[in-house]
Formats: sequence, structure tokens, C-alpha cells
Amino acid sequence: MKIVVLLKMVPDVVEELEIAPDGKSLDTTYLRMILNDSDNHALEEALLLKERHGGKVCLLAPDAPEVDDALFAALAKGADRAVKIAGIDAAEGTRAVVARIVQALSTADLLPADLILTGAQAIDDLDGLVAPLLAQTLRWSHLSVVNQVRFDASTGVTTVTKEFPGGLRAEFEIKLPAVLGIQSAEKPPRYVPVAKVRAAMKSLQIDSTTVPIAAGMPALEIQSMAKPSAAGHAEMLEGLPEAVAGKLCDVLAAHGLL
Amino acid sequence: MPDPTTFAYFGLPGYQALWLLTLLSFAVFGGRVLQHVRILARARPDPRWDHLGQRSLRVVTEVLFQRRLLDEPLIGIAHLLIFWSFVLFAATFFWGLLRGLIPTLPISYPDDVGSIALAMELFAVLGLAALGIAAVRRYVFTPVALERSRDATTILILIAVVLVSFLALSGFRVLTHPSEQAWRPVGGLLSNGLLAAGATREVGPKWYLGMWWLHMATVLGFLAYLPFSKHLHLLASPFAVFFSSLDARRLPQHSEGAARLPEFTWRELFSGLACAECGRCDRACPSFQSGLALDPKELIRKVKEAVIASERSAVADGYALLGEVSSDQVWACTTCAACMERCPVFNEHVPLLVEMRRALVLNGECPSRLQQVLLSLERYGNSFGQAPRARPKWCSSLNGWLKDARREPVDYLWFTGDYASYDPRVQPATRALARIFQRAGLNVGLLHEAEHNAGNDVRRVGEEGLFELLVEKNLAAFHSARFKRVLTADPHSYHALKHEYPPLNGSATVLHHTEVIDGLLQSGQLAVHHELLRRVTYHDPCYLGRYNGVYAAPRDVLHRIGAELVEMPRNRRNAYCCGAGGGRIWMEDTPVHKERPAEARVREAAQLPGVEMIVVSCPKDLVMFQDALKTTGLEHHLTVCEIAELVEGAVTP
Amino acid sequence: MSGNIWVVAALCRGRLLDATYEAVALGRELAENLGTKLEVLLLGHELKDVLGTLGIADAVLCVEHAALADPVPEVHAHVVARLAGTRHPQAILVPQTNVTWELGSLVAGELGVPYVNSCTELRMVEQTLEAHTVLYGGKVEAIVRTKHAPSIFGLVSGVRAVEKGYADHAPATERITEVDVQPTSVQLRRYLEPEAGDIDISKEEVLVGVGRGIETRDNLEVSKELADVLGGAICGSRPVIDQGWLPLSRQVGKSGATVKPKLYIAAGISGAPEHVEGMKGSGLIIAINSDPQAPIFQVAHYGIVAKLLDVLPALTEAIRSRSRRGMKQYA
Repeated sequence: MKIVVLLKMVPDVVEELEIAPDGKSLDTTYLRMILNDSDNHALEEALLLKERHGGKVCLLAPDAPEVDDALFAALAKGADRAVKIAGIDAAEGTRAVVARIVQALSTADLLPADLILTGAQAIDDLDGLVAPLLAQTLRWSHLSVVNQVRFDASTGVTTVTKEFPGGLRAEFEIKLPAVLGIQSAEKPPRYVPVAKVRAAMKSLQIDSTTVPIAAGMPALEIQSMAKPSAAGHAEMLEGLPEAVAGKLCDVLAAHGLL
Repeated sequence: MPDPTTFAYFGLPGYQALWLLTLLSFAVFGGRVLQHVRILARARPDPRWDHLGQRSLRVVTEVLFQRRLLDEPLIGIAHLLIFWSFVLFAATFFWGLLRGLIPTLPISYPDDVGSIALAMELFAVLGLAALGIAAVRRYVFTPVALERSRDATTILILIAVVLVSFLALSGFRVLTHPSEQAWRPVGGLLSNGLLAAGATREVGPKWYLGMWWLHMATVLGFLAYLPFSKHLHLLASPFAVFFSSLDARRLPQHSEGAARLPEFTWRELFSGLACAECGRCDRACPSFQSGLALDPKELIRKVKEAVIASERSAVADGYALLGEVSSDQVWACTTCAACMERCPVFNEHVPLLVEMRRALVLNGECPSRLQQVLLSLERYGNSFGQAPRARPKWCSSLNGWLKDARREPVDYLWFTGDYASYDPRVQPATRALARIFQRAGLNVGLLHEAEHNAGNDVRRVGEEGLFELLVEKNLAAFHSARFKRVLTADPHSYHALKHEYPPLNGSATVLHHTEVIDGLLQSGQLAVHHELLRRVTYHDPCYLGRYNGVYAAPRDVLHRIGAELVEMPRNRRNAYCCGAGGGRIWMEDTPVHKERPAEARVREAAQLPGVEMIVVSCPKDLVMFQDALKTTGLEHHLTVCEIAELVEGAVTP
Repeated sequence: MSGNIWVVAALCRGRLLDATYEAVALGRELAENLGTKLEVLLLGHELKDVLGTLGIADAVLCVEHAALADPVPEVHAHVVARLAGTRHPQAILVPQTNVTWELGSLVAGELGVPYVNSCTELRMVEQTLEAHTVLYGGKVEAIVRTKHAPSIFGLVSGVRAVEKGYADHAPATERITEVDVQPTSVQLRRYLEPEAGDIDISKEEVLVGVGRGIETRDNLEVSKELADVLGGAICGSRPVIDQGWLPLSRQVGKSGATVKPKLYIAAGISGAPEHVEGMKGSGLIIAINSDPQAPIFQVAHYGIVAKLLDVLPALTEAIRSRSRRGMKQYA
């Protein structure tokens, strides 16, 4: 089974985000990038599939600060090849990025593949989700918010479980090749020890591919960015636990909840 | 008396029979020991031929005088008596054996010498009394983790038979030759008893021969049985002690961990053969006491079983010890080292477990919450998953008098540690310490966001690569700063910086804040204005106390500020771990059958008359005991206080 | 600029999800604002039962076809795109539920128009549609404009109160049965029910929600005790469920239940958007978290910065003693 995993770096929200002076973008002074969480789950699901059915897991990621660290960590976890798309800018918009990914898939020789897995969402998705747009462009089957992918080698049937509201899940049969937006892997993403990542950095390499900018894609115009105003902030209760508990009781009583 | 070896039995001369028995016994014994040695020879080398003097001295104190066994005085003394009886009877046995195998040797049997006979009688009696104590303890007042196994019973009986057969032999000698009574008081008593019971002097020689053979055959049988039993310890322990680590708190140099037999060091495998299954480790172990998976005695037994199983199986080298030892056990250790502090044969449980953790981590198998923490440590340099820039936030209210050691030179570089920096429950104590330094006029600076977790517990969960990464990052920060000494309020950082980092700034001393405060109080840089005048107890943090022997400084500080210190029953090197160490504080709180270590510890403190405060000198203790007071419902009886907060109260005019 | 506003209904097993009504409420405002009509697009098979509550809209376009019975995103998206191609709506609003997750992007892709993700607010400014969207896990709000028609907007849950989009009558209904169905290689096999036997948290009046911040099982215990004295139940955010500390049936949020109890106590919940959308409709929200910056404080009515183990038992005790006092008064 040949699987391509799309990985994307997104701003790390553990560090406090600041808005740049232009008011339309993030200040990059202290900005750090981290692998998008559900992409990490997509990687895990791909590695689980590889462990069960053999095959290869290839990584494709737009270039971004700290992307090398993420790719080496993924290689250390058991991915076979990593390619980054050089000279790409997230501000191009998701449609343009998807168009470049499609080109990169062929320039980097990643096709044919059975599956392309990526996160069902990213915290910087502004103008569309990668998985459905990519599936549409490639004319592959597609599902998102997936939390399980099963492949039956004897029948060749692939089943995918998608999360629905209220704890309900739906099981789909899907024909390959397919693009899947992974919400969460069957197991939490594995830990890769630092020693293995360092070994990967020494012995493995990351390929790079360049593809032309996709022009003429519909994009959005950002007017402004701001941190949410504190207007909707809770009324804070302070004091020793007993005092706070007392105040809370008053609140509950006032709402007729006691 | 007839010579037992020249006497012929059914036509077979005694010495020939003795040769047969001896060869059989030695063959069984030697074959087994050789098997063991072969396995040990294939293990990872770990040469320990340094400091021969110190090692020999340790054999004297720990084998000949059994200092650690005396931690439990009654059984300690009993064991010491059995040991010395054994030494004497082993010596006389080989003497007698030599004489018996070569009847032409111009020497007598040992007990033909009056003074030796007297000594043997004395030690036989003392030994039997001690055996009695041991038996009553084992079968009537069975302590935790001591088993009533068949092996133990067999050995007790064999030793008793050896001693009793000698006394009986002595009795029959006196029965035959009443003149020997002078050197054989017990023999005399027995002889009188036999006469009173109607025995005649004529039966003496026959019974003497019987007892002699019983004695010799039992010892030979014992010898053959020994390497199959836990009592191999009586041969292995001198070696175990001689080759013990002289600094057992240190972990093995970077290895890829150990899972299969040849990946362990020979001394680690040898620990199984040296173990006497006395259970002292279990009785000291906080994880075992609270019903977690770890059972240190069982762990060492597994090592032994693995060695034995690998002797039997063809896949010797592939034998997976890790697997026999469950990962739950491996993760349950707090690395408090109480087991190692007690182990009479100096087995090294903590390094053994850390080696297994390394193997698990390298395989990507670690508890899920720990994974999250390791990821945070790798990315943000702290276990809280918070931004590095938020590290110095705790001191934002101090008007910036603490310097940035990277910008200006300082006398003391304060390495704050994660809990003291980030945990809102610990921050007040951290600020109190800062104000103490301000009052004392100390020139102190921080590394601010350049400080990373020191990596002590990272190392102990087996993530050696991450430890090295953290060391590199911290060293870079240290290099960018100018300072004379390093101080920290966190015993875990203290231990790592002091022993596991290359020398800082050339040779800067690493000090714990209790040591610094003690110095300030002693020199008068800090004056006490309000004596505390309260009865308190003090908890020794594992990494300050057992690991580094800092017992006096915190006690001096308490004394100087006027606190009345009441010790808990388990104090100093016997202090009971709070349960947080070794990365346990980063793992899911698995349900425990009994009380958690911190809960047991606060109960211990609560039983001290008039004591209403536990003083701690470790941020993790503060957090653990605060929680434990709530879960045990003792929060209205006891409070937990960081020592710096008490000192601040005392030195503020 | 006179095209209608469309809301694509989110249907799960023949039942309308609340997010649909929220989208209808927002769509209604936008339609008033633009002086145009609001239409709800309902895709499925045998849809009679759900029409009676959509009266806030001007009309329902009821697209019925056997091929639309199952929620296969590419099939639904293609139908929406073709209809939009002939009827020229000005904006298409898609509630971002797990059922309709892929829909907005697919429709926008097929039509070659922009898609705006995670909108919280929509209005017409200078002849252009302006949307407020949330980014970076709720840490930043962006304002974007789009001039395309139609433009497609994904709406986060809770953009408006459900009641504002809910009516007890049906609007004019246009049935469309001639649709261009795209062949698909995605087939629904079956639904997997959440573990049965547990309580239904969406029916509880009081919920104590626990999150990543609980760290230890002790905190789970004290949370349970609090829920008990309040006569409610305990639920959790994704990390707690993934950890196996609570069953899946207790999950609140995007992939779990949407709850609207009278009282929701968020204990150690940081307030990720995925969780917040499942509980923000609660009557009274009290948040307890040790991180003063936690986004949950923006949703909560009352907040406390503290460790759970400090506050929860104290609160439990305070409630107990108050109810004892109360009983004495009546005795």
C-alpha cells in the first residue's frame, strides 16, 4: 500500500500570538511553527496501515520554518521518504496550495498512490480544507473527519469510519485511490525518542521539489486580524477556595440552581 | 573414637564413600556455577576493579559485619550469628573433609582440638537460637514481602541439621569419653541426658559415626543444593558487595537500554544470584507499599529466573527479560533509591529499571501522558507545555531586581526549575526565596527563558537522547552567563547539575537553597527577627537526602529560625518518597490498591504529637503533599510549607 | 446583487442538527440586510418530517433523490453546485458539522469560488460580503471580504441561538426531484451507535465537564461528587475521552454531544473551539482553570483561576451545607 501523507506547519498557539503592524497578519518575531495536530494523526494512521499491510509512507509538506524537524521526526517514526515543496507561501490561499501540491505529487514522483492522508482540519484553514479540494482536483474518492481506516487484504476492500455528532460513527466502503481527512488516528500519535530523530537527521535526507505558482485561483482578501476582544470575558471570582465556593453558591442560588 | 573414614561400611572404606559423595556434590555444584558464569560472561561488560581498598573495606563492613542488615536489629543480629556460625562450620567442614578424603594426612579432625570443639559448640548453640528467631519471624510474625517458601524452609532445616548433628556428635563423644567434657559442655549435658534416658556408653562410637556422616553428608548436600536456591547469596554476596557500584545513584552511561539478556551488564544479571529474597527492598519501596505494579524483590527474582531459563533454552541470547518484567512494573518506579539504600547485597534496582525504560522509550512505548510531557520538554523545554517566555513570569511582581545573568555578572546563578517557575502552587515559595535573597543582599541572576528543564527525570524515564538535548541547551545558556555559583531550590535539578552535567563555568559549585540560606543565617547576613516557635516535621527529598546526603542544612535552618523539629519515624536515609520522582509525576495516576506514597507520608507526619506542619524543600513535595492532605482529609490538621516561606517569615522585621 | 441566501441543512439520519437552525437565524439577518430571500436547501430522501420547523426561512428547496439518502459528501456537493449554477444564490451558508464538514469546500471547488472557513459573523459592507472568522484555535479573529457570487461560508457552531432559527411551521416548499447525480465510489455501509446503556448527557440539566486539566483521577472523583450534589452528571472534552477516563457517550463537542444544560461547570477545560461549540448554549457557564489565559473564560459567565482540587471540594461542601440549612428552614 502506497500512502502519501500531507503535512503542514501551523503557528504554535502555546506561544502567545501577536498581530503584525500591518494588522493583517501574524507578527513573526516570536512565532514558532508546529506540525498541525490532525496531520500528526494522519501520519500515525498511515504508519499503522504500513505496519499492518506493508508498503511505503511518503511525506509531502510545504516548506515552512521548523518543517525539517517535523519531517525528520516523521522519518524516524517509520516514514520512508520526505519531500518538501520549496518556495511556497501559506498566504497564497488553500486553492493555490492544493494546485501546487497536485503538481508536486507528480514532480516528486509520488504518484501513483493508494491513499493520500492529511488532517481533517488545520487551525489556519481560512479559505477551504485541503483534503476535499485535493480529492476534487485529483478526482479521487474522499471522506473527512475520519478516525479509522481498515484495509481487508483478502477482499481488497477499504472501509473508513467517519465521526458524526453525538458519538455516532458511520462506516463507509471507499474505492481507492482516495484522499482522507483524518480527525484522529486509532491510537494517539507515537512518541519518537530524540536519539532516533537525531540518527535520522544524520543518515536520511529530505527531498525538495519546486513547482510553479498556481495563478488565478480565487482567494480571500484579509481586511484585518485581531485578538478576540475581552468583551465576552467571564466575571472572575477571586479569593480563598472557601470564599470562592461561597460566592459561587450565591450565583447558583440566584439562578435557581440550588 | 573410631576414625569415620578408615572405618569400613559393608566392606567400603569410609574415605572412598566420602570421595563418592564429595565428587557428586562438587560436580553438581560446579556444573551449576559454571552455567551461571557462562551467562554472566556473555553479558555487557562493566569492569569494576577500581578503588580496591574501598571495595575491600565495604566487604568488611557489609559482609563480615553486615551493617545494612542491622537496620532491622533483631533479625540483623540473628543473621550475623548464623553467618558467623556458617563461617566457622564451613571452615571446619573443609578441614574435616580434607582430613577425611586423605586419611593419611598427619593432622587431626578439627573437633579433636578442644578449643575448636568448644567454639563449634558455642556457635552451634548461638546459631540454633538465631535460627529459632528467624523461624519464628518467618512463620509466626511474617513481615511484609517475606515468603514462607519451601526453599527457605529447606535451608532452615538443613542448617539446623548441620548444627544439631554436630551437637549430637559431641554428645556421643562425651558419652564414650567423659574426659572430653571439659571442652564440650553441651556434649556433656547431652551425654548426661542420654545416660539418664538409659543409654549405655557402648553405643557411643556407633552413634558418633552416624552423626559424623549425617553432618558431612548434609553439608555436601547443602553445597549441591545451594546454587539452585536463594541461598546462593551466601556465596554470591561477597562478590556482589565487592563489585557493587561505588556511586549507585549514577546511571549507566548512555546505552540503548536493555531488554534482552546480553544487553544487561553482568552485575545487573548477577543481582539475581546474589539476592537473598529478604524483602527489605519491598518494605522500603513506595510503589510496592502503595500497591502499584512494582515489586523490587520480584524484579530481581525475574532477573534470576531469566538467567536460569536462558541456561536451559537454546535461544539464550534472545531471552527477553523485559516482557517477563511488565512495562507497568518498569514505569512504577519513583527512582527514590530506598531499595538500593537497604539492599544488603547492594543490588542496583534503579539503574536496572532505567535501562529497561530506555529500551521501552527507544521502542516508542511509554505511557501516553508521559509522551505528552516529553514532547513538551523537547519543544518548550518545560514539562508544563507552556511557552519558554512564560518561565520568568513568576518574578514579574518583584520589580526586576533579580538580574539577567546573561546580561550582567552575578555571584549566584539561580536555576529555578520547572515546578518552581510554572506551577502556581509553588510560585509563592519561589517568590519568598527571591525576597530572602534580596534581604540578604545577594547578587543573584536568572537565565530567564534560556533555562530548560535540567533533565534529571527525563534521564530517569529513560529518554537519554532528550536528556542530552536538554543538557546541550542548558550548557549553551550557562555559557552565555557569568556567575560564580549555581543555586537551585529543586533537588532534582540540583542532582543533575551537580553530578550529570559537565562542570559548569569551570568548576562552579552547585548549591541547594537550604545550603545557601543556612550559610546566610550562620554568617549573619540574614538575621532572625521572629522565632517560629512551632513544632514542625521535615521531609527529606530523595534527591537531596538519599542521593546527595544533604540532611544537616535544612535541619540547621529550621533550628536557627526557632522551629522545634520532630522527626518522622522514617527520616534521613530512610525517608519515604512522596511518589513524584523518576517521572512518576508525569504519568497517569494509576489507581492504587492501598495508600499512595504522599498520603502515607502525610499520615506519618500527622501521627507526631503536636506537629501541625510538614516542612519541605522540594517543589514537587509541596505539590504532592498539598494534594495528599486534601485526599486524606488531613488539611485541617496539617499544613505543608516550603522552607523558604518559613524563613521569610522569620527574617522579615 | 439580488441572489438569494442559501442555507444548506445539516441532516443526520433524517434529523435536522441544531446547527441548521443557527445558520437559518444568521441567514435570516443577512437576507433582511440585503433585502433578499432566505432559502434552506434540504438534500435527502423522503424528507417530509423535517420541514415543519423551518418556517423562519422564506422557502425550502427540498431536493429528494434516492442517491441523496446517505451522507456522501461528493454526491451532495455536486447537487448543490449544479443547483447554484442555475439559480445563482448570492451566498451559501454551510453549518460546519461533521456531516457537512467537506461540503463547503467541495461546492466552492466545483464552482471555482472562494470558501470562507469558520465564520462567526456575516454582513454586507460596501457592496461586499464581509465575514468574521476564527483562526488559530480561537486565538485570532480575522475579517475577510469576498466579491464572488456565490460565496460559500462555513459557519462555526453557535453563531446564533437555535431558537432564533426555529419555527413551528413550514415555509413554502419547492420539491426538486430531477437532479444530476454524480456516480460515487463511496458507499455508506452502516452506522455505529455510541455505546448504549449510559445516560444521555444532552438531557441533563446540570453538567460538570472535565478536560485535560484534570490530570489525575482524584480530580475526576471530586468532579463526580460535585455533579452528584448538584443532581447532574459528568462529561468531558476530547482528551479525557481519548484517555479512556470517560466513555465516548460522555463527550461534549464537535464529535460528541451538543449540550445545553441550565448549568455547565467547565473544570480544567481550556476551551478549544471544538469543545466550546458543544456547550456554549448552556444557560450558566462557570469555568475553573489554572491558566488565566484559557479561552474558556471568554465563553464562561463566571471564571475562577485555581486548581480543581482546591475549588471543587470546597464548592461541593458549600452546596451541601447550604442545602442542609435550607432543609432546616423548612423543617
